[in-house]
Amino acid sequence: MTAVLEVRDLQKNFGAVIAAKDINVTVNEHEIIGIIGANGAGKTTFVNMVTGYLKPTSGQIEFAGRNIMGLPPRTITNLGISRSFQVPQVFASETVFDNLMMAYAITEASGLELLSPLYNDERAARVDSHLARYQIAEYRNATSSTLPQGVRKLLDIAMAAVSKPTILMLDEPTSGISVEEKFDLMDTIMEALRQDQTTVLFIEHDMEIVERYVSRVLAFYQGRIICDAPVAEALLDPGVREFVIGEEYHRTRTANGNGGDNGGQL
Amino acid sequence: MRYMDKTIVGLSIAFVVLFCADFFMAEWVRFIGLQSLARGAVALGLLVLWRTGLVSFGHALYFGFGAYAAAMLTLIGYHDAFFLVFAGTLAAGVLAYLLGFLLRRYRAIFFALLNMAFSMILYGVIVKTEELGSTDGFSVLTPTFLGYAPKGEAVQTTLFIFTLVFTYIITVGVHLYMKTTLGGMSMAVRENEIRVEYLGYSAEKVIHVKYVFSGLVAGFGGAIMALAIGQVDPDSMANWTVSGEFVFITILSGIGNVGATYIGALVFELIRTYAFEYAPLFWQFILGGSLLAIIMFLPDGIWSLFGRLRRSDSSESSSSSNKAPSP
Ligand SMILES: Nc1ncnc2c1ncn2[C@@H]1O[C@H](COP(=O)(O)OP(=O)(O)O)[C@@H](O)[C@H]1O
Ligand SMILES: [Mg+2]
Repeated sequence: MTAVLEVRDLQKNFGAVIAAKDINVTVNEHEIIGIIGANGAGKTTFVNMVTGYLKPTSGQIEFAGRNIMGLPPRTITNLGISRSFQVPQVFASETVFDNLMMAYAITEASGLELLSPLYNDERAARVDSHLARYQIAEYRNATSSTLPQGVRKLLDIAMAAVSKPTILMLDEPTSGISVEEKFDLMDTIMEALRQDQTTVLFIEHDMEIVERYVSRVLAFYQGRIICDAPVAEALLDPGVREFVIGEEYHRTRTANGNGGDNGGQL
Repeated sequence: MRYMDKTIVGLSIAFVVLFCADFFMAEWVRFIGLQSLARGAVALGLLVLWRTGLVSFGHALYFGFGAYAAAMLTLIGYHDAFFLVFAGTLAAGVLAYLLGFLLRRYRAIFFALLNMAFSMILYGVIVKTEELGSTDGFSVLTPTFLGYAPKGEAVQTTLFIFTLVFTYIITVGVHLYMKTTLGGMSMAVRENEIRVEYLGYSAEKVIHVKYVFSGLVAGFGGAIMALAIGQVDPDSMANWTVSGEFVFITILSGIGNVGATYIGALVFELIRTYAFEYAPLFWQFILGGSLLAIIMFLPDGIWSLFGRLRRSDSSESSSSSNKAPSP
């Protein structure tokens, strides 16, 4: 097993709020990791720090042996860590096809190539096969803002996957998706990513999804990782049962199964 | 799939027609035409910014800078139109490049007003500089064209052809540029900067490039205007109302097509000329009324009239929803 991501003593303060503290994680190649924890536990903050959206207060992040602390998102993306968002970040007034066309163009072009035509037939063919892989081909010409939530989530993830990242971090891929559709959605995503052997970390509230798809669990509670273990072990962990699953159970019952709401933040 | 690009065909036809018409046009028509081409070029720069989601209330800065740069060179003995216009364009571009490092960090109203602030600084500097004629400005001698020194009406005829050729090249260039990856990123930045960053490119860099471009064409327009009028002065070159006129023209034209900016500029020129002539006390009223009518009845500008007639070149239509979203 080769370690691709090493996070050491990561901490993030928002004024008096400590959103992350003593975060230590080593992620190995080809792992599928589930990140669990109640709302406000610090899951998104962790993803935001690793992908460069937030600057950690202190600590260390190494990707493929290189220090990536303080680098902007675009640099980290180009190095090989990509992400999707709790609230999908797409080009809302454009079609699904044009969204991916742009994603491919930005990913593929650099330097003077930026001045070659965005559209070409080979690129369009790549977009179409990508659409098929993520099973959203039937929405090819639909405007993104009109898409059903599940399709918009898939588009967001498909865009993040265009660069064939080494690591892909998914922030609540199944939030806002009905229970019946969740497994189909995850099947599509995980199958698509398996083909590229992508290392995946995804944030998830539904323990059935976690059990089905991940090999390892990171459980967050009040900004700390309270459990880092193989999935079977983690779901039996007393701390996890008390502070994550217990609250999850309570939360899903009261919030009617809708995923975490971050108040409009990433 | 090979097809004729309708925009380029249209621009080429317009170019040929105007080129031929130059030899028959009445002097005042040619003068309006020259001004429309100059202002239309500035609006073309604003169109590119607009497609990126940005509006500038201060592009008289680059218009004035280009005009004064060209005019000042005539004071020290340079009179070749090619050199003057090139220098005016370049000077404005360099200024935009420098200010761009600051402006690329701002959006929306902050971007718009920061541009305005810089333009007012230029205006203030010009007004306070006696050597540049202060509020009166100074005259610009008749240019030569690579050694050819036209006299009388031939001056304007030649200048018109000169302007037409460069405007054509710039406009076709912008049209082609908008189809490239960097050009297309206007849409991406306007729609979602976060996604652009997470696709691995800098939204600020995209904005900076667009901004320098808008500065270059505004400088070009300014230099042309200085030669066309034979005079530069702060109130018609660098005042904030001039910036407002450029925004006016851009709204009038719509951002659907690069050629529309010249039509918008021409319509603006005509409204202003006639409103001023026939209703000297109400011309601003008429100008405002026209703007209101456009926003209410043609929210995507004059260009949408053509779009309604024939749906074409769909790759270029970026329908801007100007209204507040309804719930
Ligand atoms: N930009 C921010 N400013 C201030 N506080 C924040 C910010 N982002 C997150 N927080 C706080 O940090 C904590 C962790 O949030 P977050 O990582 O979004 O939790 P979650 O596990 O639900 O994704 C919460 O208390 C949240 O209110
Ligand atoms: Mg979250």
